[in-house]
Amino acid sequence: MGIIEVKDLVYEYIRRDEEGNVEGITTAVDDVNLDIAQGDFVAILGHNGSGKSTLAKHLNAILYPAEGTVWVDGKDTKQDQYLWDIRQTAGMVFQNPDNQIIGQMVEEDVGFGPENMGVPTKEIWERVEESLKAVGMYEFRKSSPNKLSGGQKQRVSIAGVIAMHPKCIILDEPTAMLDPKGRKEVIRAVRALNDVERITVILITHYMEEVIYADRVYVMDKGKITLQGTPREVFSEVDRLRDLRLDVPQVTVLAHELRKEGFPIPRGILTKQEFREAIDQCRQML
Amino acid sequence: MLRDITLGQYYQADSIIHRLDPRVKLGSTIIFIISLFLFNGAAGYLVAAVFLALVIKLSRVPFRFMIKGMKAILFLLMITVVFNLFLTPGEPLIRVWTLTITKEGVRLAILLAMRLSFLIIGSSVMTLTTTPNQLTDGMEKMLGPLKKIKVPVHEIAMMMSIALRFIPILMEETDKIMKAQLARGADFESGNLIKKAKSLVPLLVPLFISAFRRANDLAMAMEARCYRGGEYRTKMKPLHYGRKDWIAYIMVGSYLIIGILASKFLPIVAGEIIARFWS
Repeated sequence: MGIIEVKDLVYEYIRRDEEGNVEGITTAVDDVNLDIAQGDFVAILGHNGSGKSTLAKHLNAILYPAEGTVWVDGKDTKQDQYLWDIRQTAGMVFQNPDNQIIGQMVEEDVGFGPENMGVPTKEIWERVEESLKAVGMYEFRKSSPNKLSGGQKQRVSIAGVIAMHPKCIILDEPTAMLDPKGRKEVIRAVRALNDVERITVILITHYMEEVIYADRVYVMDKGKITLQGTPREVFSEVDRLRDLRLDVPQVTVLAHELRKEGFPIPRGILTKQEFREAIDQCRQML
Repeated sequence: MLRDITLGQYYQADSIIHRLDPRVKLGSTIIFIISLFLFNGAAGYLVAAVFLALVIKLSRVPFRFMIKGMKAILFLLMITVVFNLFLTPGEPLIRVWTLTITKEGVRLAILLAMRLSFLIIGSSVMTLTTTPNQLTDGMEKMLGPLKKIKVPVHEIAMMMSIALRFIPILMEETDKIMKAQLARGADFESGNLIKKAKSLVPLLVPLFISAFRRANDLAMAMEARCYRGGEYRTKMKPLHYGRKDWIAYIMVGSYLIIGILASKFLPIVAGEIIARFWS
């Protein structure tokens, strides 16, 4: 069993009218199975309303499954006595950086998690320093969060989670509200955490460029996992991805179209570098 | 523009007053305010003025920042002075038309004007030298014993500090909504007071909705970071009384005693001296 295991998970949102009668049921997550190993970098893709955020909220016991079970580090999320253990093991970063920073000073915000866990004062300071250094925000420790850019705020949020020493961090569309520069900063910080600290990363996003570094990609649609595999495997299904209203990276599309026209180009090209090599080979062959 | 507003009116400087424990500053301010009501004569106010001047000097905050707070109460101050000057019964000094200025009136007006301005300057010293965050921390710790009678002290302090954090964000949001409405032809400027108030409704509704959404998100983010109220919680910046804090308490205490003694005995001593001088 990996760090996170999800078995036959079902979650339903119940819509009610003003009198409280059930109007309809939306199945947000429908029979999902996942097994994520310690140290993996996993990406979950899907367009709006595909159920990816709902799934993420199950992974640190913000939502409880209607059917099925979620285990975090071997602990069932439905059991109340494990609640705080689970939330510490699986930290969560949300979409809007403004709505998750509590402190009025960067270092105070990063210290918020350890304070809640009852970590002794001296150790809180050590953890704050080490987490801020890990995301490259140490020189801003005395700043007010209001004065930071979006990418910097999101890195502070990530530091706030790492300070709790989680084994796994779940990022729920951390870059959706950022500009391209901020997005790069955040993704770089996340990759560094995965590479250096060996923290398991679960990245939920709809930006395809962010998932090419993942070990494994899951694509969700209408609450179900419709595609899964390594980024290369997933990206070779260009037509499927387009049907699911996901933007495939431009190079991948170009390679795919050329392939369709009969050029000898391999499937699942992910980067410009790969594409350039493929074209060179192609030219030699012709 | 809105990004730059500073909350409260904290003035960054490195002084002994800035470094004091916020509880000391809160407590001392309360003692100072009480002292202003205890002293009833020139002697007491002389002591208060000397004490205040000393604290301001130590705080290294320019005096003009202290005066800033006075502007807000200038009107109130004027009314108080005028009313006391003319409406206090007693021995008449000057008579202008139907208005009489009495000797008691002059005394009372000066006393109240001094009391009000000292009060404002005294509390300004506290807010200028203490960050809002330190203040909430200090209050939480000071009101700690109230937890025994089920007062949610930690929760109140947490609410205050979250409110402080979100004021600039909500201000920015108001600005954004306002611009969006202005771009579509809304008019916030013209018309009488009632019309102006009415035109704020389309501004307040989206602002409230967004504030609730933010609150919801924030609550979730706090829970995800193991927040469960004040129990089990440790502090990153715990408050400890140091030597300077005890010294500060002693100084404030002696100020109070000297003030009381002065207002009791100084007039007698002064009277004595004057009497001897005359004879």
